[in-house]
Amino acid sequence: MDYFAQQLINGLVLGSIYGLIAIGYTMVYGIVGMINFAHGDVFMIGGFIALITFLILISLGLTAIPVILLIVLLVSMAITALYGWTIERIAYRPLRHSFRLAPMLSAIGMSFVLTNYSQIAQGARVKPIPPLITGGYTLHESADGFVIRLSNVQIVVVITTIVLLAIFTWLVSRTRLGRDMRACEQDQTMAALLGVDVDRTISMTFVIGAALAAVAGLMYLLYYGLVDFFMGFVAGIKAFTAAVLGGIGSLPGAMLGGLAIGLIETFWSAYFSVEYKDVAAFSILIVVLIFMPTGLLGRPEVEKV
Amino acid sequence: MTVTPHETTKASRTADIPFLLKTAFINALIALVLFSLMIGIRTEAGSDGQLTYWTRFGDLASIVAAVFGGSIVIELLRQWIGPTGAEKLVPPAVQSGISFIGHYLAPALLIFTLLVPVIFYNQRYILDLAILVLTYVMLGWGLNVVVGLAGLLDLGYVAFYAVGAYSYGLLATSFGWSFWICLPLAGILAAFWGVLLGFPVLRLRGDYLAIVTLAFGEIIRLVIINWQDLTGGPNGVSGIPRPTFFGIPLDNSDDGLAAKLGIEYSPTHRIVFLFYLILALALLTNWVTIRLRRLPIGRAWEALREDEVACRALGINTTTTKLTAFATGAMFGGFAGAFFATRQGFISPESFTFQESALVLAIVVLGGMGSQLGVALAALTMIGGFELFRSLENYRMLVFGMAMVLIMIWRPRGIIGHRAPTVYLTKAQAISSDLVKEGHG
Repeated sequence: MDYFAQQLINGLVLGSIYGLIAIGYTMVYGIVGMINFAHGDVFMIGGFIALITFLILISLGLTAIPVILLIVLLVSMAITALYGWTIERIAYRPLRHSFRLAPMLSAIGMSFVLTNYSQIAQGARVKPIPPLITGGYTLHESADGFVIRLSNVQIVVVITTIVLLAIFTWLVSRTRLGRDMRACEQDQTMAALLGVDVDRTISMTFVIGAALAAVAGLMYLLYYGLVDFFMGFVAGIKAFTAAVLGGIGSLPGAMLGGLAIGLIETFWSAYFSVEYKDVAAFSILIVVLIFMPTGLLGRPEVEKV
Repeated sequence: MTVTPHETTKASRTADIPFLLKTAFINALIALVLFSLMIGIRTEAGSDGQLTYWTRFGDLASIVAAVFGGSIVIELLRQWIGPTGAEKLVPPAVQSGISFIGHYLAPALLIFTLLVPVIFYNQRYILDLAILVLTYVMLGWGLNVVVGLAGLLDLGYVAFYAVGAYSYGLLATSFGWSFWICLPLAGILAAFWGVLLGFPVLRLRGDYLAIVTLAFGEIIRLVIINWQDLTGGPNGVSGIPRPTFFGIPLDNSDDGLAAKLGIEYSPTHRIVFLFYLILALALLTNWVTIRLRRLPIGRAWEALREDEVACRALGINTTTTKLTAFATGAMFGGFAGAFFATRQGFISPESFTFQESALVLAIVVLGGMGSQLGVALAALTMIGGFELFRSLENYRMLVFGMAMVLIMIWRPRGIIGHRAPTVYLTKAQAISSDLVKEGHG
């Protein structure tokens, strides 16, 4: 039971990171109907920028960890958001009214560009950092000496995710921008006729998605203590799996899917085998889609002739 | 990055210089922010695991300057050429010329391909490259059945390539079966896996299909990596036998083909044999696809691509239609995989990454989704281009990715855009309203 509880904590933390990335996929899919294959690499870029900012701040002599974290969070969100904006501007906007596959291939190309760009710019080797947030709490100690631990990093990851989700939900449901986004999602032409700047709204969607991916990158860096140029691919596929599992286009679905994938992966590694954890996640995706072709919370697609 | 006015007169062109500079300045500023940390600062883990960093402001400055200059040039070009679509770049006279050439291009290319080993007999590099190109032509034609004809988006095609390669590799190394027995087996096994993948995705559409096929490709790769007893894991399978000329080995022994024919042995014989083998396999793929397109099943694939609901309304069994598309595509992938294994003599999971799937899909889409000639030309361009940039090493994939983005922007419908159904009604038929009422319409 204790082992189970510990894995539950680990799975939820991992799931939060996946969920943050999955929101970017699902938002873009909802509004422009394309799979943004480069999103996983945007997450990786976010991780790199966080790492570099850390290094600079530490070498400048800053020691207060909360201040460092806040600055790193803001810098990596800002720069990564600009990456998201630029990618949309260069690779997707010219293809908006093209046929379905064109933006997706462009996105795959963009993903290759970003992966290789960071490999060339920062080298192929894994970049480790010393743990910044240490310590934690012992929640429960059983008779045979098994300890359930909740580390401070895990708390930071979960709290950041919850706070960001709250801000994000508020943004989508209460602000002008959120209303514009939902309007564009339903009908871009109609939204444009009613005075919504469609181009700007779509750009903002990419910006917000990239900013959330940057947060995920920072959380990944804090939790695992390393980044490398290839991490975007696997994390991206899993987050996309999470988005599809939750029902693509649905925001709570993305978070739910993220948590589900995180839990599946953690429990599979804990009880069965570490090697096959990704196989398990993908297999469950396939099984879920057989019975619920639109995911857990997705709206059924209306067939129009 | 702002939209330029459609009609620019000479007067306004000169007046545009401040605007030009402003755009370039903004672009350079964006580039400065984007690249400031990623290029301006280089991190590296030292021997003690401690991260160190150093600055590269020179590189950063030159990139920002390049963006500044580049955006001025692009903006100027845009103003001089004017807003252009792909249609405007190619005048109708040239287009009809292209279609005229198109009639003779395919036979001419085929004859040239047949003569490649004769012309380049002594140039091993070109022969190897030609074999590689033909492998991708075959993969492209195979995937074309699924994506181009049936309109099912498959992002995990490399899985069937892997199944074919491992089927041959394992059957040949553990049982010593010959290539000619294993080749059909590899195709059948891959087709079987295609059906297996087909079942769960029957109800899925579009992007759900994309992610499931992608997941399937990853599952196959991960199983190959982890099932070490069977597949050798990351070490792969080595010592895969070379193909034989229907039982006669192509080596320097007394039983070899060269000795039997009484000619002097040369290692090029095997390369030439491999070349004709893959050419035959690719042409088989092409021939089968062209024939299938004229059969009811091929028509059903195209109908499915155009409109699934209408398809079902007309009584086409979408289940079997989709499954046969997956199976046929997978079978050709399996053949190509078996060929790959026998050519390399060594296979490992590294050869079957998502990158390969993306490359083959890019070939199909650039080739115009459904056009056989287009796929062949796209494969030639992509793989040839890829080889041209071999000296660039790390920059090669960067250039490849950029090229994918640029080609999509330039010609989203592919280099040879063509996706017309094979049959369509040439004459619009008037249907009177009373017929419709009776249900004949």
